[in-house]
Formats: sequence, C-alpha cells, structure tokens
Amino acid sequence: MLHTRTHLAVATLLGAIAAPSFAAEPVIGLITKTETNPFFVKMKEGATAEAKAKGAKLISAAGKTDGDNAGQVTAIENMIAAGAKTILITPSDSKAIVPSIKKAREKGVLVIALDSPTDPVDATDALFATDNFKAGVLIGEYAKASLGGKPAKIATLDLFPGHPVGAQRHNGFLQGFGLKSLDAKSNELAKPAEVVCMADSFGDQAKGQTAMENCLQKNPDINLVYTINEPAAAGAFNALKKAGKQKGVMIVSVDGGCQGIKDVAAGKIAATSQQYPLKMAAMGVAAGVEYAKTGKKPTGYTDTGVTLIAAKAVAGVNSKDTKTGMDLCWGNK
Amino acid sequence: MKLTQQGSGAAEAAALEPINPAIGASSKITRSLAMPNWKDHLPSIGTLGPFLALLMACTFFSWQSEQFLTGANFSLILQQVMVVGLIAIGQTLIILTAGIDLSCGMVMALGGVVMTKVSHDYGVPPIVAIFAGFAVTALFGLINGLLVTRIKLPSFIVTLGTMNIAFAITQLYSQSQTITDLPAGMTFLGNTFSIGQTEVAYGTVLMLAMYAISWLWLRETAQGRHIYAVGNNPEATRLTGIATHRVLLMVYVLAGLCYGVAALLSVARTGVGDPNAGQTENLDAITAVVLGGTSLFGGRGIVIGSLIGALIVGVFRNGLTLMGVSSVYQILITGILVILAVATDQLSRKGGR
Repeated sequence: MLHTRTHLAVATLLGAIAAPSFAAEPVIGLITKTETNPFFVKMKEGATAEAKAKGAKLISAAGKTDGDNAGQVTAIENMIAAGAKTILITPSDSKAIVPSIKKAREKGVLVIALDSPTDPVDATDALFATDNFKAGVLIGEYAKASLGGKPAKIATLDLFPGHPVGAQRHNGFLQGFGLKSLDAKSNELAKPAEVVCMADSFGDQAKGQTAMENCLQKNPDINLVYTINEPAAAGAFNALKKAGKQKGVMIVSVDGGCQGIKDVAAGKIAATSQQYPLKMAAMGVAAGVEYAKTGKKPTGYTDTGVTLIAAKAVAGVNSKDTKTGMDLCWGNK
Repeated sequence: MKLTQQGSGAAEAAALEPINPAIGASSKITRSLAMPNWKDHLPSIGTLGPFLALLMACTFFSWQSEQFLTGANFSLILQQVMVVGLIAIGQTLIILTAGIDLSCGMVMALGGVVMTKVSHDYGVPPIVAIFAGFAVTALFGLINGLLVTRIKLPSFIVTLGTMNIAFAITQLYSQSQTITDLPAGMTFLGNTFSIGQTEVAYGTVLMLAMYAISWLWLRETAQGRHIYAVGNNPEATRLTGIATHRVLLMVYVLAGLCYGVAALLSVARTGVGDPNAGQTENLDAITAVVLGGTSLFGGRGIVIGSLIGALIVGVFRNGLTLMGVSSVYQILITGILVILAVATDQLSRKGGR
C-alpha cells in the first residue's frame, strides 16, 4: 500500500513537472472505494499484474472509507495531473462522482466504472461489473432446491438502506427462491411473508453477528439466512453457533472471496455467488491500453461473470465445487 | 464551606482552600475535601437521566416486542455492547480530564490484530500474544499522554494523529487481511456459562467487573479523585501539589490498556482478528460516554453512566430489529439523544453559575 502511495505521489509530481505526453508507457489510474477492503485489494492486484504484462503504468488511489466521495474526486484530479489517459473507478457515491467524471472525460480521459455503476450509467464510457441481481438469483435457486419444499423462514442480513447492490442481491435472492420480489432496478428491499427478519449488517462481520443474534431473538425458527457478503455470513454463523443452531440453518451469500470459499468448504456457508474483481480490473487495464494504442473506447455494460460455488451440489442447480472456487477466488486464475 | 449542588466539583472545592502541599499525599484529606457534603452523594438529574432513558427504552420495547424482556435477550445485548463498553471506560477517564480520545477504536483494532497475528504467526501461547496486544495499546496510550502533557498539544489533535497512525499500522501489519484460525485460548472470553436458563458470556462478566473496579477506584481513592480534580481545574489542582502531568499520563496509559482489553473482547466475540474493526466503535464509545452523562468539559461524571450509555445504543439496535425497523432509525435516535445529553449538561452548568 505504501508502495502505491509513493508511486502516486511520485507520479503526481512527475505529472506536474513534465508534460504528460512525455511518458512513453500509457498511464492508467485505478480508484477504488477503500484501500483496505479485501475485494479492492484483489482488484488492485489484478490491475497491477495486467498493467505489468501490458507495459502500462498503473497508479492507484482510494477513498478513506466507503462513501468518501471527496477522496475519489481528489484522486481523479491527481490522476489527470499525473497524465492518466484512462481512469478505472469503483464509485463510492454513484451520483456525486458524476461531475468529476464528466470533467475528466471532457479532457479526453477514458473512464470505466468497475463493480458499481454510476447514476446515470452512461456517465462513464463503460461498465465492467458483476450482475448482482443474477448473483442473488443463483443462491436463491440453490436455497430453494436444498430446502426441498420445506417451508422457509428467512432472515436477510442486508447491506444498508438505499444501496443498489444491496437491493439487487436481496431481490435477486428472493426471486431465485420463487418468492414475491422486486425487479433489478429497484432500490427497495422486497419483504414477502417468508422473510421473518430483515436487518442491516453493513457488510461487516461483527455487525452481521449482532444482526443475526437479534433476528434469532425475534424468530428462533429461522432456517435460511441470506447475507449480503461473506463477512456478514461469518458473523451470522458465529451467532448461530453460539445459539447451538448452526446445524439446521442454511446460510447463503454473495462475493466468493477466498476466505468466503474456505467457509463454504468448512460447511459454514452452504453456497455463495462468486464474482471476479481481479478480472474486472484486468479487463479495465486492457481496455485502457487498447485506448492508448488505437484510440478505441469500450462502451456499454460488460458482465464480468458470476459462478455459484457450493460444497454440496443439488439436483437441478448448476454449481461448481469449492476447489474450483478456491482456484478462481475473486479471479485468481 | 458551602458548595452549590451543580457545577462545582472536587478541584474547585480544593482550590478555595489555602494551598497545602500535603493534600496530594493523603487520600483521607483529599476525600474529605472532595466530598464535604452528604448531599453530594445523592444522584442528580445528570446522573439519573441516562438511567431513566434506558428504562424508558426498555419499557417501550417490552411493550412492542414480547421477545425483548427475557434474560437471554439481555445477556445478548450485554454481549453486543461489551466491546464499546470497555473502550468507553478508557474514554471516560480521558473525558473526565477534559480531554478526548479519537484514536480509541483504531488502537483497539491494532491491539486485536497484534494479539491474533502474534499468536497465529509465531505460535506463541495465547496469553503471551494477548499481553503483546496490551503492550501495544498501552504504548499508544503512553504516546498520546506524553504528547498531551509534555508538548502540551490538545488531546483532540494528538489523538486525531494517532488515530490515523494506528489505523495505518494496523493495515500495513495485517496486509489488510483478516486473521483467522485462532487458538481456543484467544477466544475464551466469548464462551458462555449458564445462570438458570440464561447463557452469559465470560466477556460480559469481565466488562461488568471492570466497570465495578473503575467506579470504586475513581470514587474511593485519592488517584481517582485527582482525575476529577484535573478535569475541573488543572491549574488549581497543580497548585494544591498534585502532579497533574503524572495523573494525565496515567489516565492515557490506563485508557490504552482498556482498549487492549476491548480488543481481546472483540477477538473473542467475532473469533477473528479484524483490521477493519474499531471504525464504528471509535465514535460509539464517545457517544456512550456522553449519553452516560459524563461532561465533555471534564470533571463531572460517573463511569457506570458510560455503561448505561452503551446499553442505550445496544437496546435500540436490538429492540428495533425485533420490531423490524430499519437500522437508520437507531442512528437517528442516537443522534437526538446525544444532543439532548450534551444540552442537559450545558444547561445544568449554566444553572450552577
């Protein structure tokens, strides 16, 4: 991390002194939501490796915390100053970042959104991201098939109110399970009668645990838990284990991080929808290099894929085993 | 000497007395000066307020949800607040001296990462690793204390700096990776025992014991009273012969140790060393202290109040989930309560003048 920070500082300095066109290799900027979330750590790894392979120079930056729009705005400005011709960004605030992106694009910079779209989506040249609704549908279908007709009492440990990714996964899960749900564009969370408890986990293990504990207080008969990501799932498992209920309750999740896949293999999580941040970043860098060489810009939405990973396959649902999941975790290979 | 009920504390009382270097040396004299009037032992509105708020919240949720008023649920809420509760002990000490510690959550996270990583990477016995974590958090307390007392920087600025430093070291040391597969000795405090039908976590017993000890210590010892005195009027306290710098330094180191214990509880509760822990606990602890009626202007407050403050937040989170209400309402209510608490403090101060 320190290394990249220095990198960025040096790059900014150089950008200020020398003309941007002076650099022989194309400069590509990567701006993530935070420096610390393992998902973005992976994303940076993917971008760094691809940039090295393609002979591009990667500079990276991030907001301080999820939601730190000002930090991302500063990063965009610094990267333009550093001579970046392509900026890959995972917007923390889908609306607030749009004016800064507009300014960058007016200067001829190619801007690609990774993982999360901007609002409106066409504020960036292209979007490389997971289909979060589909990710939800896959675990919903898996849970439905595994329960096999048993009536479901569902707890959902969501992200936080108003976040599109949280809503898409939640609603996708319910649709996959065959319950009344909302469509992929909705920012509301559907709540059919089978959902006996909804709580926000903020995608955090400790908060996920607290949320699950409270849900179990509310309804001790919960037999299916949907979680926004695997840290929340790990927290939910902790809560179930402490209540002595880990056996009869199924947890499904989304993300497919390496630790998450380990938890699937260990039986803590039944299934997870795996997404590929490393691939998103690598594709973004490749597109940036292509743009530098030929001036060709990518357009529209590219689905970076999602795979259902489960320790136990169930009939009628296509899933991959945890070994495959480990090999692929967040796009390793 | 006649003292008004509100707004006057130990140091002001001491300051009115002729300067006597012997005061600092004898706990008996200090106590008699600090508590000259039996009426001072009566709880004031400021100390009863938080308790009433908690009681009202509990009554409301008992009425709204039948699962709320059970031993198991209360044991659960205690477990959920134990980390913030322990950080709040350290934070209370610092706020009593009219300081503030913004680094508490980040230092706690660092302590947790150090103890789990030392245990995981070097295979040392958990107890050694735990003390390594304590040493690091106490060291941060010492650094905070030295900068506040020796270079006379405001605690807000010092801890703003060390908050970032602790966070960065945590990320660098852990490479932003969560530490898993911990030995059982590391997470022992998360285990539970039964009282009748209710499962109680060892961690919550430790937290309650720490509150009892710190309450008695602040109340019954000369050292404890000195903390109040320094918070009320550092100059007058210094003139009475109390080594105010030493008191402050001790407070920051003790607070650091509290964060270390909080780190241990956090590790025990979640079963992992989490480099991103502490981010919400940072301000939650200050919230708990303020809700508990401790004055941000220093010198006034009861440490047990901070536990009540932490419980208020915990009860709302638990109760609203039982009711099926969004977490945003908990944040809204906490915000309102914080402003009410500080406003009460400020108004009672004005009334005293």
